[in-house]
Amino acid sequence: MKNRTLLFYAIAYLAFLYVPVLVLPVFSFNDSEFIAFPLSGFTLRWYQGLAADSAMQHALGNSLKVGVVTALLSTLLGLTAAKAVTRYRLKGAGVALGFISLPLFIPDIVLGISLLLLLGAANLPLSLAAVVLGHLLVCVPFALTVLIARFEGFDKNLEEASADLGENGWMTFWRVTFPLMAPGIIASLLLTFITSFDEFLVAYFLSGTEATLPIYIWGQLRFPERLPMVLALGAIILTVSVGLVVLAEYVRNRGVQKPMVGA
Amino acid sequence: MVADRGRNSSEGYVLIAPTLVVMGLALAAPLGLMAVTSLKNQSGLGFAEGWTLAQYGAALGRASYRALFLRSVLISSAVTAVTVALAYPMAYFVAFHARHKFFWLVALTIPFWTSYLLRVFAWKIILGFNGVINSGLMRLHLISHPLEFLLYNPFAVVVSLAHAWAAFAILPIYVSLEKIDRSLLEAASDLGDSALRRFLRITLPLSMPGVIGAAILIFVPTTGDFVTPALVGGTKGTMLANIIEVQFNGVGNWPLGAALSLVSMAMVGVIALLFVAAARAAAKAAR
Amino acid sequence: MSFLNIANVSKSFGGPPVVDAVSLDVPRGEFFSLLGPSGCGKTTLLRMIAGFETPDSGTISIDGEAMNRVPPHLRPTNMVFQSYAIFPHLNVFDNIAYGLRKARLPKEALRAKVEAMLATVRLEGLGGRAADQLSGGQRQRVALARALVREPKILLLDEPLGALDKRLREAMQLELRALQRKVGITFVLVTHDQEEALSLSDRVAVMEKGTILQVAAPRELYERPNCRAVADFIGEINFFHATVREITAGGVLVNAGLLGLVTLPRANLGPGIKPEDHVLLAIRPEHVRFAQQGIAGEIMASTFLGERSRFHVRIEGRGEPVAVSGAPPATAAVHLAFPPEYLMGLPTTG
Repeated sequence: MKNRTLLFYAIAYLAFLYVPVLVLPVFSFNDSEFIAFPLSGFTLRWYQGLAADSAMQHALGNSLKVGVVTALLSTLLGLTAAKAVTRYRLKGAGVALGFISLPLFIPDIVLGISLLLLLGAANLPLSLAAVVLGHLLVCVPFALTVLIARFEGFDKNLEEASADLGENGWMTFWRVTFPLMAPGIIASLLLTFITSFDEFLVAYFLSGTEATLPIYIWGQLRFPERLPMVLALGAIILTVSVGLVVLAEYVRNRGVQKPMVGA
Repeated sequence: MVADRGRNSSEGYVLIAPTLVVMGLALAAPLGLMAVTSLKNQSGLGFAEGWTLAQYGAALGRASYRALFLRSVLISSAVTAVTVALAYPMAYFVAFHARHKFFWLVALTIPFWTSYLLRVFAWKIILGFNGVINSGLMRLHLISHPLEFLLYNPFAVVVSLAHAWAAFAILPIYVSLEKIDRSLLEAASDLGDSALRRFLRITLPLSMPGVIGAAILIFVPTTGDFVTPALVGGTKGTMLANIIEVQFNGVGNWPLGAALSLVSMAMVGVIALLFVAAARAAAKAAR
Repeated sequence: MSFLNIANVSKSFGGPPVVDAVSLDVPRGEFFSLLGPSGCGKTTLLRMIAGFETPDSGTISIDGEAMNRVPPHLRPTNMVFQSYAIFPHLNVFDNIAYGLRKARLPKEALRAKVEAMLATVRLEGLGGRAADQLSGGQRQRVALARALVREPKILLLDEPLGALDKRLREAMQLELRALQRKVGITFVLVTHDQEEALSLSDRVAVMEKGTILQVAAPRELYERPNCRAVADFIGEINFFHATVREITAGGVLVNAGLLGLVTLPRANLGPGIKPEDHVLLAIRPEHVRFAQQGIAGEIMASTFLGERSRFHVRIEGRGEPVAVSGAPPATAAVHLAFPPEYLMGLPTTG
C-alpha cells in the first residue's frame, strides 16, 4: 500500500538526517584516537579532557556572550519591526520586509567580507562587538519571522479593547501585548541564540583575536589527536541545542490554535 | 467591510526605523563598500590610488575562475535537485499521511539547529578513507580496500550539502502541500482520477510554488558555501567561496575578492531569476 | 445639544469617502442603530465615536464635550467588538474587571461590582472560567459585561450578534433590549441585519455609501421609507413605475401603467415630487390583496407558512413576479388588488 512505502521512506529519510549527527556522541565515548570501526570500548576521557581545556572554555565564554547579546538585540529589533508591520498601515512595508530578509539570500561569506570592509573603512577593530553586528544581520530575519507570525496570530482588537477599557499605550503593552507575545519572544530569543552560537563564517572574519567556539573547533580540526575531544564537545552542543529547540517550539506554540513549525 | 484599518502610520514608521537603520548599516553600507573596493587595486596592505576595472577583468576573464564558477553552479544545481527530490516524498508523507504532524516537523528540523560546522565534520568522519563507512564495510568484509571516491571531491560536497539543506526543502514544500484544499482532491477522485493521476494533475502542480521556492532557497546560498567544500571538497571540490576567502586571508587581494564576490552574486542572481521565469512560463504552457 | 452629536463628519482612507458629511443626533438613553450593507461606512462611524479612527473633518461630541482630541482610552464610551476581543490569557472575572484597574477600588468593592455584572448578564458563578472554555454566547456576554461594568455614557456595539447561530441570536436580541432598558445607557449598535435593527432599536439610521438615507423609528422606516434604497433594504417590497398626473389637496393622481389610474393619499407621496415626475409606487407584500376583481395573474411559486404564506404572482406585462403575503387562495389563477392607501410614491432616484 502506498501508505506503507511512504512510511518506510519517511523513516529511512529521518535516519539519513540523524545518523551523521549521531556519529558525534557515539565516537565521543569511544576509547580510541581513531574515528573508525571497530569500536574500542567506553571511555569518558575525552569529556574529561574538555574540562581541562582552558582555550576551549574561553571560546565558549565568548560564544555565550555574543549569543546572549545577539539574542536580546535581534529579538528587540524584530519585535519593533513586527509590530510596525502588522499593526500599522505602512507604505512600502513589503519593501522594508524584503530588505530586512535579504541576508537570508546572501551567502555568509559575502556578509562576513562586506562587514570586514566596513570595519576597515571605519577604522574599527575586529572584535566580538563586530561579530554581534554580523550576527544581527543573520538573526533579525529569523526573529522577525517568528514574531510576525505571533502578532498575526492574535486578534488585533485585543489591543483596541484594552484602550477602549481605559488603558494607555504603555499599560496596554504591559497588560495585553507583552503577555500574549511572551511565548513568541521566548522562542525568538532561543532561536536567535542558537543561530548565533553555531555561526561560524561571519565570526571567522570578524572576531579578530577573540575566538568564538565554532572558530575554536575549526582550529582543532587540523589535529587528528584532538578530534575525539572535538566530538565530545560537539555531542554536548548537540544535546543542549536540541533541548533548546524543543523548548522553543513548545513555548512558541502555546496558546496558538494551530501549531506553527519552522519559521 | 472597510478595508484595512491600521492606526496612525507615523508611529509605525518610528517603530520600524531602528531595525531598518541597523540592517542598513550592517548590510547596505558594507555591500556598497564592497562595490567600491572592487574597483580598486591592491597595493601592499592598502589600496592604490585611482579606480580600475582590472579586478572584473580578472574575475570574468581567467579561465580558472570561469571553471570554478561553472563547477559551483553545477554542484549547487545537483544539491538542489537531490535535496528537493528527496524532500518531496517526505513532505508529502507529513502533509497527507502523518497523524502527529507537529512532532514529525519538529523531529525533521531538530538536526538543523545543531552546529553546521560539526555536521559537515561528521560527514568527513563518515566518508573518510579510514572513516565510518569504510571501516564498517571492511569490518563486514564487504570490501577489501577502502573506497576512495567518497571524500575530497564534488560527490562528498553534494552529499554533505544535501544533508545540510534538507530542512529548507521540506518546510516550504510541506507548507504548499498542506495548503491544498482537500476537497479538490476529492473532486478529482469523484471525476474519475486514480490516485496517481490525481497526484500528477492536481497535487504536483499545486505544490509547485513551494517546490520552486525551496529550489531558490537552496540554490542561491549553496553556491556561496565555504565550510563544506573546505572540509570535504579537497582540491577537486573547491567552490567559489574558497577562492574568495583566500583573497582575504593574510595578504591577499581584497579588490579581487570583492569583485569575485559581486560577480558571483550577480551571476547566481541572474540564474535564479531565469529559473523562476522559466518555471512560470512552463506553468503557463502547461495550462 | 443632544447627548451624542455627530456634526458633518467625513472620513476617507485615501480614496472616495467612506463616511461622507454625516450628521446625527442621539438623545440620552436611546437604543440607536446604524443599519446598512457591507462597506456603507457604519463601522467606521462607530469607530470614530469610540476614538479608533479620527474624522478628517467634522466634530463628535458626547454630553456636550467635543471628542476630537480625546484618545480612546479617555472617552466615556465602551465598545463590544465584533470578535468580542476577550483577553485569552485572563479568566472571566479578570476580563470583566480589566477596565476597573484605574479606578483603584478596594478588593471587596471590586468583587461586588464584577459579581453584580455577572448576574446582570446571567453568567453567575462563571468568574473563574478560562477564556478559551466559553461558548460563543458566553463570550458575547463577557464582552458586554466588561464594557458595561465601567458605566460608560455610551455603549457601542459592532455587529455583536453576527457570529451566533439563529436561535441564539434571537434570544440574545431579547436580552440586549431588556438589558438596555434596565441599565438605561445609550446604546449605538451597528448591524447589516435589518430585522435586528428594527426589533431592537428606538430609532434607526439607514446608511449607504457613507451617507445617511433616513433616520426614523422602525415603524416609520417600514411604512414610510423616503427613497427606493431604504424601501428595498427594509423588508420585502414591490415596485411599479408610474408618472404623477396631478397633485391636489385631496390626493395624488398617478398613471400607474399596469395598475391603471390610481389616487393616492397626499401623505403617501415622498417629498419634492411634482406633476410629470416619474415615481416608483411601492407596496408591501402583506398589503397586496387577493380579490375577485383586479389585475389577473398566476401564482408561480409559493412558500407555505400557514396564515402568512408567501406567494410570487406573475402578471401580464411585468417580468418580475409580485410578492404577496397572506392566506392561501383557492386556485393558482388569482386577481390582485392594490389598495391605494398602502401605495407609497417614492422618487426614482436615490
